Order: sequence, then structure tokens, then C-alpha cells
Amino acid sequence: MPGATGELLLEWARRADAGPFSSIGVLDRVLYDSYEPFAALAGAAGVTSRVRLATMIAIGPLRSTAMLAKQAASVHGLSGGRLTLGLAVGARTEDFEAAGVEHKGRGKRLGEQLAYIRGDVDADRVGPSRDGIEILVGGLSGPAYSRMARYADGYAHNGGPPRAFANAAGRALAAWSDLGRPGKPKLWGQGYFAFGDTAQGDAYLRDYYAFTGPFAEKIAAGNLTSARAMKDYVRGYEEAGCDELVLFPTVADIEELERLQEAVA
Amino acid sequence: MNVAIVGGGPAGLYLAILLRKLDRAADVRVLERNAPDATFGFGVVFSEETLGALRDADPETHLEITDTFARWDRIDIRYQGRELVSRGHSFSAIARKRLLEILQARCRELGVVLEFGVEVEELPDADLVVGADGANSFVRGLRDFGTKVRPEGSKYVWFGTDHVFDAFTFAFRETEHGLFNAHAYPYDERMSTFIVECPEPVWRAAGLDELDEQESLAFCEQLFANELRGRELFSNRSLWLDFPKITNRTWHDGNVVILGDAAHTAHFSIGSGTKLAMEDSISLAAALARRRWDLEAAFVDYELEREPFVERTQDAASESAAYFGRIASYSHLEPIQFAFNLITRAGRITHATLGVRDPQFTRVLDGWMGGRAVSPPPAFSAFELRGVRLENRFELVESTVSVSPEGRVSAEEAVVPEGRRLLRLSHAGRRGATQPRSRGVDLPLVDGWPVLAPTKKPYGPFGALPGEPDEDAVLRAFVAAAKAAQADVLEIDMAHGYLLGSYLSPLTNDDEDRLRFPVSVLEAVRAVWDGPLAVRLSVTDWHPRGNSVEDGVEIARALAEHGCDLIHVEAGQTIHDDRPQYRRGYLTALSDRVRNGARVPTIVGGYLTTLDEANTIVGAGRADLVLLDLPDTQIERTLKSSSTVRLGEVRA
Repeated sequence: MPGATGELLLEWARRADAGPFSSIGVLDRVLYDSYEPFAALAGAAGVTSRVRLATMIAIGPLRSTAMLAKQAASVHGLSGGRLTLGLAVGARTEDFEAAGVEHKGRGKRLGEQLAYIRGDVDADRVGPSRDGIEILVGGLSGPAYSRMARYADGYAHNGGPPRAFANAAGRALAAWSDLGRPGKPKLWGQGYFAFGDTAQGDAYLRDYYAFTGPFAEKIAAGNLTSARAMKDYVRGYEEAGCDELVLFPTVADIEELERLQEAVA
Repeated sequence: MNVAIVGGGPAGLYLAILLRKLDRAADVRVLERNAPDATFGFGVVFSEETLGALRDADPETHLEITDTFARWDRIDIRYQGRELVSRGHSFSAIARKRLLEILQARCRELGVVLEFGVEVEELPDADLVVGADGANSFVRGLRDFGTKVRPEGSKYVWFGTDHVFDAFTFAFRETEHGLFNAHAYPYDERMSTFIVECPEPVWRAAGLDELDEQESLAFCEQLFANELRGRELFSNRSLWLDFPKITNRTWHDGNVVILGDAAHTAHFSIGSGTKLAMEDSISLAAALARRRWDLEAAFVDYELEREPFVERTQDAASESAAYFGRIASYSHLEPIQFAFNLITRAGRITHATLGVRDPQFTRVLDGWMGGRAVSPPPAFSAFELRGVRLENRFELVESTVSVSPEGRVSAEEAVVPEGRRLLRLSHAGRRGATQPRSRGVDLPLVDGWPVLAPTKKPYGPFGALPGEPDEDAVLRAFVAAAKAAQADVLEIDMAHGYLLGSYLSPLTNDDEDRLRFPVSVLEAVRAVWDGPLAVRLSVTDWHPRGNSVEDGVEIARALAEHGCDLIHVEAGQTIHDDRPQYRRGYLTALSDRVRNGARVPTIVGGYLTTLDEANTIVGAGRADLVLLDLPDTQIERTLKSSSTVRLGEVRA
């Protein structure tokens, strides 16, 4: 986000690794003042030893299939096998234009990318090894759930109240059962928070999601701005069967991590 | 604060009351195009839950409203000369006209300016403009709310009658043109609402498209003379209509907000329109109070709070509308099952919840299904299929055997699960030669075996090009596997884009007669297998150019004619990039369509995780048998999923 220096990102990763957290997550967007997710995770890999490194999510079709596989496998290798690769089709046409990639056909291309990475296509020619990359797929459409159940290890939800997550999780489990996958999919959720300058956090979300029109206000209204709201959110997600909850700061301040740690303690 | 509310229906008036209560300094006007005593429709229904909300929001009007309520707790279902009664449902209703009188009087008392006979032609000049002007909202049309309007359900017409019903009554009348049904309920001590409904083709066949208002009233009066006990129907511009399902991407824009029918409609057959509208008013007023007239923040709160309720209600209403649209397909059901199906149509009442409200009703249903006065719930009733007796409706456990080595999905081995076995004979077709399912699905093996299909295209990305099937060899393999099979129910796999399934779909087979080969396999297996024989079928391809549900029902009918005893209902996966609609129980509606449309017994899964779902599905006649995803059958599912067994191992 604007104002987040590379130094701040790495310090965040370092402290998360030392703290009680189990993963750190990054977002993906071209036309914004934000870091490229695989580069950010590669940086984080160097200063952490324990936490999982997750893209929540990376927009697969912005990248060519082989390059996506190579970037992901590189982060996975550099981190000693800690990558959780969340992928989805993305929502902003402008990012595709800026990247010089067709927006149309993005769902089909994501399907190919998943089949390529999970199916070890070209694995003999395109290293490093993809072995053990945990794959998540996000999205709320029927095809998204089906791609998730066909190729991935779990589902990456896009945030919102616990009941929205529970609803999506039910669909993910139904898809998993339909594709005859053994066991259960991993269910990942996410949320936004600001404990310090909450107005600044809300403003960031309005700006970041301006492309959604009226929906931006609703996302900003969902910003978790008190310890109480955070506790309720975490409990709600736990009850809905969430395996891993990624909480994103909306204010570029390392203090936010400390306060999050207190809130969820 | 200057507020202009367009529309003087229950939502608009109620909001005006609440806003004046919130802030006496606010200037609140209601602009209504009709006269104060003009009203359309007759009575409106409320639930207990809504009444509680009305009491909290404004005790004065709550008292007056409940004073004039008609209350009852029964649903009567009149079907094939029988009258079935279910109790414990607690409904309340009021004359719409009376409701408006009460709200108007309260508005005046609180100093709301009521302007009647005002045709609004542009956005009123005010700090806050509210579109409470109904389904055809004028205000909504002035801004971009992302409005969608689609007709849903059957043709319907809204009457009143002076026969006072003493229950919510569903009546069904068979005619030479097809089935008509009526929804009737009392709304005060002398009048009832009486809505007549029938599918569009029936309506046309009966010539109702050519009758005028009086003639169609006379037609309905005569048709339902028994129910009306010789009383009259009254018209109030009562014309046959299509119900418009209205959704909006957002309910606010700048200082304009919409609510009630302007924002969302819910099919009349679940009677929730007025309830939703007045709850909207409560939510919006509370948000404006909480946010101290910060409009944008209040509108966001209002939408966030109301959207989930509205969406759930609209989903249930659509289920109910669709149910009445295909009502004729249920005419073969026993009255008690027909009634249970009707009561559970929208997915809001289940066997368990009805059992709490009306234990007598579920006892009768269970007794009918179990064949004894006191029987366990429907899922525990026995079921007989071609001489094989199953002790309950959920004991079958799936397993799969590939009919030939090249017909395997993967090289994995599987353990055959314990239990009464539904043994599936499958040929993977172009979905064969893939990596283990634990890793993913349709991930081709690097050094796989050749795959077969009636199409030249691979199934998914990086898949092998299929070769042309040697049909004689495939048929012989199915027959050989059937001869060797040991199972309670044998099943032929024609679903999910496996070999026989790919024959059935226009997406993967260009032939005119797509049933030819699958049916020849079915007949050949039928000839060597005496026991129950099922076919697993993708009832729809979930793709605009693939088989629709209607196609699937026809295929099921044809398979039954060629010796299939049971359809195992599945959907999709015919091609890898279909457009599935997943949710809990996503196959139940499809099973209902096959069982009651093609009149073939069905077995259905679709992520059913509770016995209550099983009881409701079986009790309502939506399926005969179910496959459950119970938490404690997790292990079995694990086995099921890696379910391809090498030939000789099952035979041994």
C-alpha cells in the first residue's frame, strides 16, 4: 500500500515470524502502489524461517504459465518449501491492460496454469521443483469452485462477514465432494484491520477498491477497527471452519502488527 | 433534514413514522400518486418474527395492527379430493387497506406531510430522497442501481373473497387444460385473499389470454366453487400477471435510497413482500439514527444488514415459484407426500423443523412411508428395487470398477468399502490415464495409456488426444464386468464425461442419435444382470450448448424404458470448463425433476451432510435413496474417491 517501504515490509515479516503468527500473505495488483507478490515473498523468505508465505491471491493469468510456475517454484525453493500459492482470475480489467494481457479467456488460462503447475507439466525443463507447493484457488463463481476442487489443496476466500465465508466454504466442500477428492479442502479466509488511524485505513480501502463502485464503501465498513471487532471476526471464522485467517493491515505502520498481536492474544 | 419519500405504501409510510420519531426537526413528506383510500391487493401476511420487530420499532402502530389481525396456525392442502392439515405455523394477516389507514393516521399524528394524488415526474428536491414506490419504481429509473427484472413462476391473478378461510389454504384443481392452484388466507373477520395460479401453457390452453377481467373472474369462481363454498370473488383491477423478480446491484446512489419492492421482490407464494419492505424501513431508520444522518454511512449499514436476509428470502421465493410452475409433475404423489413436498418446497422447513411445529403431521408421513402407524423417519424406511430390499434409504455405499485396463481413471488401487454395495461399472473414456485423485483431478500421466472418446478433443489442459472407441470391445467389457460383479445394486456410469457420458452430450458427440451406444450397453448389461440396475447420469451439462435439465429428464425416461431401475443423479463434468452451481444439496432439485418428471426412482448425493436432509428429501419424494457425506463416513469417502479398482481384484 502507499507508504509501505520495503524496509517496513521486511520488518513486518520478521516480527510475524518471531510472533505467534503462522503465515504472512500478500495481495496482487499492477496499477497500484504495491509490491509484486512473488518478489515480496522472496524478500520475506530471506528474513523468516518459520511462517508460511502465501499469495492471497496472485492473479495467475497476468503472467505466462511457465513464468508463473518458475516464480512460484523459486519462492518455494528460497523459503525451504513454505509457499502457499493462492491463485484467482482477478477483478480489474485495467491490470490486464497494463500488463499487456488479454482479459478475455482469463478463466481458461488459469485452469491451464493450475493443470501445468499441479500436473508437473514441463517439470523436467522448468525448474526449480514444484514439489509440495500448497495451492489455493479463490473466486466465487461455479468454475472457480470447480478449478479449486480439481487442481488445488484448498480455497482462498475474499473476505467479508463470517456468514459470507461459511456460505462459500459450503460451496467449496460441495465441489470437493463432487470431484471425488479425498479428505477436505483447506479453507483460508481474510480480513482487513486498522487499530491506529482507522480513518486512514478506511480511506485506503475506499481507494483500493474504488473500481468496485458502491461496493468499496461496504468493504471499508468491514474494516476491523477495534480489538472487540477483531475477536468477533476471528471467532466467527473459526466457527465457520476456517483453517487459516490472513489479516491485512490498512495502515502502513509496524505498530499495527503489535496491536493485532494483542487483539488476537 | 428534509426528507422526500416517494410512494405511500407500507414501506414509505412506516419509514416516515420512524424518521419523525427519530428526529422531530426533520421535515418528512410522503408523495403518493393515488388517493389515500385507494389500494391494490387485499390482505398481507406477517410472521411472528416481523411482529416482534414492529413492536420494538413503534409500539403504537404495533398495537393497532395486531388488534385487527387475522391469526391462524394451520395450512390446509386440498388435493385430489383430500384435505391435509398441518398445524403450528403461526401466521398473521391484515387488510392492506386497514394497514395503510393505521400508518397514515400515525403519520399525521407525528407531523408527517402526506400528499396524495401527486404524480412525481422528477427527483424531488430534498436532502434525502427515498424510492418506496414499488416494483415499477419511478425513482429507481432515475439513477443507475444495476436493476434486473426477470419474470418468475406461473401466471397469477389476485382476488378477494368474502368466504373467510380458517387456514392458509392451498387448493388444486385439475382441468382438461392442466392443473390450476389457489393460495387463500383470511385477512380480517369477513374477507380473504384468493390468488389463482397456473403455468403459462395451461393459461393459454384454457383461453384465459382472451378473457376480460369479469370473464376470467367468473372462470376462477366456477373452477374453485368448492373452496369458495359458493361465495364470490372480488376484483380490484385483478388481471393475470407475470411475477417480476427484481434485484439491484446497489440500493443507494448519492442521496437517493430505495427500499421494499423497488429494491427487491419476493414471489407472492411465500408471502414475504410487505414483511421485507417494513423491515427495510426499520433497518434504514436505525442506520440513520446510528449514523446521525450521515447518509452514505447509513445507506451502507442498511444494505449490509438487509442484503443477506433479502437474498435468502428471494432464493426461497424463487424455489417456491419454480415449484408451483412444475406442480403438475407431482400429481402422482400420495396426498401426504404431496403435502410434505409442498410445505418443504422453499427449503426453509425440513422434516425436523416441521416435526417440532407439527409432530402429528410428520408421524403420519413417517407412518405412511414405514408402513406402520409408528415408524422412524423417512430415511429409515425400507425400499425395494427389483426384488432387493434395502433396510433404509442411505445404506448403499458406492464403489467403482473399471471395465477394462484402458478404462481406468488412474493406476491407483482402492479398497472396496463395506456395506450394501452400489457397484459402478465405468469406463473413464478421455478422462482416463491421470494422476492420483489425492493430487488433483484430470492431471494427465506423463506416460499414460491411450484414451477413448466419441470426440477428438482432449478432456482438459494437457490431456491426451482420444482415439475412436472400439464399441464392440467396450460393450463386451461392460458385459464381462457385469457377469463377474458382486453387488446389491449394479450401476453403469454414464455421467461426468466418462466414456458413455461423453456419448450422451452434444458437447462431445456430433451424432444425431446420441443414445444409441449407451442404450446398447445398458441393454446388454440388463441381459446378463438380474438384480437392480442403476445408471449414473449427468442430468445437465451445466453449459449453454450442452444437455439442459429438460434433456436430462428425457434421457432418464429413455434409459428407464430400456431397463434401468434407478437413476443416480449427477450434474456437469461432461467437459472440464462447465459452469457448475455448487451448494449444499445442489443435486436435490435435479433429482426431484428426474424422479417426478420422468417418474423414475432416483438416488442422489450432492454434499448432503445430515440425516434431516435425507428425511426431507426422501419424505418429499425428491429422491428414493440418498448418498450422504456424513462426517463419520469421511473415511468411506476417502476410499470412494480413490475408487478405481483393477479388474481382477474386485472379481476375486
